[in-house]
Formats: sequence, structure tokens, C-alpha cells
Amino acid sequence: MAEKVLMKGNEALAEAAIAAGCRHFFGYPITPQTEVAAYMSKRMPKIGGTYLQAESEVAAINMVYGASSAGMRVMTSSSSPGISLKSEGISYLAGADLPALIINVQRGGPGLGGIQPSQSDYWQATRATGHGDFHILVFAPSTVQEMVDLVSDAFDLGDQYRMPAMILSDGMLGQMMEPVVLPEASDKPLPEKPWATNGTKGGRPHNIINSLYITPTELEQLVFERFKKYDEIKDKHQKAECYLTDDAEIVVVAYGASSRIARSAVNTAREQGIKAGLIRPITLWPFPDKAIKAAVPTAKQFLCVEMSMGQMVDDVRLAVNGAKPVAFYGRTGGVIPTPAEVLDQIKKSGGAE
Amino acid sequence: MERLTIITGHYGSGKTTFALNLACDLAAAGKAVTIVDLDIVNPYFRTEDHRAMLESHGVTVISPPYANTNLDLPGLSAQIYGAFERAGEVILDVGGDDAGATALGRFTRQIEQRGYEMLCVINARRNLTAEPEQAAELLREIEQASRLKTTALVNNTHLKQFTEPKTVRDSLPFAAEVSRLTGLPVRYTTAPKALAEQLREIPNLYPVEPFVRTPWES
Repeated sequence: MAEKVLMKGNEALAEAAIAAGCRHFFGYPITPQTEVAAYMSKRMPKIGGTYLQAESEVAAINMVYGASSAGMRVMTSSSSPGISLKSEGISYLAGADLPALIINVQRGGPGLGGIQPSQSDYWQATRATGHGDFHILVFAPSTVQEMVDLVSDAFDLGDQYRMPAMILSDGMLGQMMEPVVLPEASDKPLPEKPWATNGTKGGRPHNIINSLYITPTELEQLVFERFKKYDEIKDKHQKAECYLTDDAEIVVVAYGASSRIARSAVNTAREQGIKAGLIRPITLWPFPDKAIKAAVPTAKQFLCVEMSMGQMVDDVRLAVNGAKPVAFYGRTGGVIPTPAEVLDQIKKSGGAE
Repeated sequence: MERLTIITGHYGSGKTTFALNLACDLAAAGKAVTIVDLDIVNPYFRTEDHRAMLESHGVTVISPPYANTNLDLPGLSAQIYGAFERAGEVILDVGGDDAGATALGRFTRQIEQRGYEMLCVINARRNLTAEPEQAAELLREIEQASRLKTTALVNNTHLKQFTEPKTVRDSLPFAAEVSRLTGLPVRYTTAPKALAEQLREIPNLYPVEPFVRTPWES
């Protein structure tokens, strides 16, 4: 196995994308994701790839659309306000059934908000990365190593289902350093893309990449087919980590950086004799409702912890479906909850003697 | 006037950890110490995060006015000019890479007038500068951006909480090679305080407290 090296989360995302065969990056600087682009600007020219700092986020996502149409493995990255700017392009990618990797290193919002870490783009990522009836795949790593691992999953699943995929990170995960084992550059060929507009070579008929459909019934039919595909993904590709949940009475649900804090609080709660556990969604879309439902029988109370005013808590409540109470605790605006605060909430949730 | 020590190196090589330790140790030895957070690149994990700890050790802290706020304004405090006139030990904790060292260029005249030691922190386990040639190349880029000369190396090889005595021992040939390539001495080899006893054989060993932590490690 390769030696462990220290990397920032943002750098790990970039290096993992290169290892997964991505050779095209289009972006625009914004804190706290800038290292993704900075890393790509250093590495891409050395490996025959393309790094381009576009004139805006809107331009960058449309360059992604172009490269993806031509069958390239392509990515962009930004932080919260920049993702809002990209949303039109993301909808077009979904409408044209194009795979692409989009990184969101979340910061405080709304508006320009601030540069400190946040998780207040959950609704945007899972509900509305753009207009129209569609979903994108959303992955939520919680360690630098997991960022590396999920990047190739995101590319592969995106290609398999021909849809955009997002890594929903946050400023804390992006900026912190942890030891990682980098993947060997994959020598397996990237999947064939017979739909790509990469030249007919005088042989096959023209491929067309498009999201405009003239007749309503044709568009409806296409959306129906996409939703069949979404159902298959919900069935096959939910991912979550269940930590100490077998006998858990207080089930904490948290993703990304807040799951690191929640895990620390759950460990302390266990030391104090409280039966607490943690469910950590790794895919946010599809949301791992099976893992949540599996914890319902032992649970007396669910507690969702987020760096927001409460967004994922909606999906937890849908999954629990009224069977048990679901409480929420969060800090927002760039403030990170402490393990002590979360422990306090666990005790308030009925974990105290 | 005493020393001016400038700490440079790759992003995440451990510049801030080393700078914080140096400041506390000099203060404990009875020196008047001023530390300047000169990082105009990194939004988080910086000297300013440790202001309360530093001040409790009697260290004076000068930071960019917007450090740790929600503003992305890489402005530098005018107080920095005063720092070059101060008696006692002055430490500059510089931002990563040549990008971070660019901020130093503005103070080249004051720095040269006072006289300085510029240390470059290297880490054999830090991606992109884990090869001696890469570390030496970055050192040259930092010198170009800052218009100052590095005077010595600090081998700060670590893997955060996964650092073992072997991690430090295995880095010695790396540090020796960077030293050979650059013609600079290795001033210190650092080790987490908890491991220092096991690594006594290493010359110029500098035990460090790993101050820089994530919120769930505290």
C-alpha cells in the first residue's frame, strides 16, 4: 500500500479527481474552495490536462457542459454563492443527461454570507441545484480520506447513470489536514460514451446534446424515464455509516464536519452510560432512509445535528415518518457546534439519568 | 535588538505549529516575544486562533485586522511596521508557498535593516513537497517571492496524531538531501513532545506541542 501523506481536504479532492481520470477542470476562485483550483492549476499542465480559470462561475459550468458533451471526465468546484451562480448550468446538464462532478465547499450564507464553514446548502444540493424536475447525486465525505474515495464513486456513478454528481464538503473539511493514502492512477479505461459529440468520423449518425424538447409529451416521457432511473438509484446506492446504533436509544444523525463533532459527543455519552449512536449519511441524495428506518425500533429519540438552521432534519423526519420524535440542534453562519454542546443536547433528548 | 525569525514553507507543513512553539518557548525563557500572523492566504488554522493561549504566555500577537472574521480581506496591520522596531524576539508566521511569502516582500527593507533568520519548514509526508527536489524548488520560489534568503531548514515531518517515532526517523535522509540541495543547515528536527524521549539520539531535536487541532480533537 502507498505511504500516507498529509493533505488538505481541498487538495485531496483535486488529486483524487486526477487519479480518477479527470483531465478537465473549469473554475473560478472563491474561499474556502480555492485550493481545489490552485492545486489543479499546478498539476493539470504537468499531466497534459486542461485547467482554465473562467471569467465567472456561469462560464465555468458551461465549459463543463461542453467538455462533458464531448465525453470528457470533467469537474468544477466552488463555494456556496458560486454554486448558486452555477445552478442554471447544472439544470442544463441534468436536462441533457450529462455527467460531471461539481464540488461545493460550503460557507456561511445566504447572500455573500461569510467564509467560515457551514452546511446550509443541503436543501440546495438535494432539492434544487437548478430549476426543473431532476436530481443529482450528492456525496458527503467526513474525512480527507473519504473525500479521496468518494470522488471516484461520484465520477463512476455519474457516468453510469448519465447525471451530474456533487461532493458536498464544507470549509472545515476543505481546509483541514489529515493523512491519506492516495489512490493509484486507475489504468482501467473510462466507460464508453457512445452518446458523446466527439466526431462521427464519417461513420455514425450525428449525436445531439440538448435539453430543449418541442412537444410536452416528449419532455414528460423523458422526465418519467429519468425518475425511473432515480428510483433505481434510491434502491441500489444509498450509503450511510451506522456507529453504535445496534442498541441506540438516542440516535444522532449528522453528516460531514458536524458528524465528526457528533461522533465525539456520542463517544462521551457512551462513557457516561447513555445509549447514544450515530447515523452518518454518506449519500445525501439518495438519502439513506433505510439506515434511518433500521434504527427506529431501539430509538427513543432522534437528534439531527447540522451547521445550519435545520435542513437535513426534514429528510430524517420523512424517514422516521412520525414513529419517534426527531429533535434538531445546529449552529449557523460559520459557527461550529462543540462536542460539549452536542452532548448537552443528547442529555436533553432523554439520555440523562 | 534581538532576533527576527521568519517562518516560511509549504501550506500545511506545520509553520504555525512551529511558530507557536518557538514563541512560547522563548517567552518561557524570559524573552519579550512578539509574533506576527502574516498569513494572507489561509482562511483558517492560523496564529490568530491561538491569541488567548499566546497572551497567557506573555506573547504579543499582531494579526491581520480581518483574520477569523467572515471577510475575505487579506489586509495587513500597520502595527507590523512597529514590530520591526520592537526590542525582544520577533517571529513572523508567513502564509504558505510563494503566494504567502509575497506578503514579506513589502517588508524586505525593514527586515534587512534589522537582520533576520529565515527558516523554511519542510515535511517529508506533505504531499507535493515530499520529494527533496520539490521541497528545494518551493524554497527557491519562496525566496523569489519574498526577496529574502532562507538561512536554515526546520524538519517538521509529521502525520498529525498518527506520527510515530519511525515517521520522524525515516525523514532524516529527506532532510539531509534537502540540506544538500540547498546548501542550508537543518536547524531543528521537530517531534511531538510525547515522542521526544524516544528520539533523543536525533541532533537538534525540538519537541513541539501540537497546538493546531480541529474542533473535535480538542
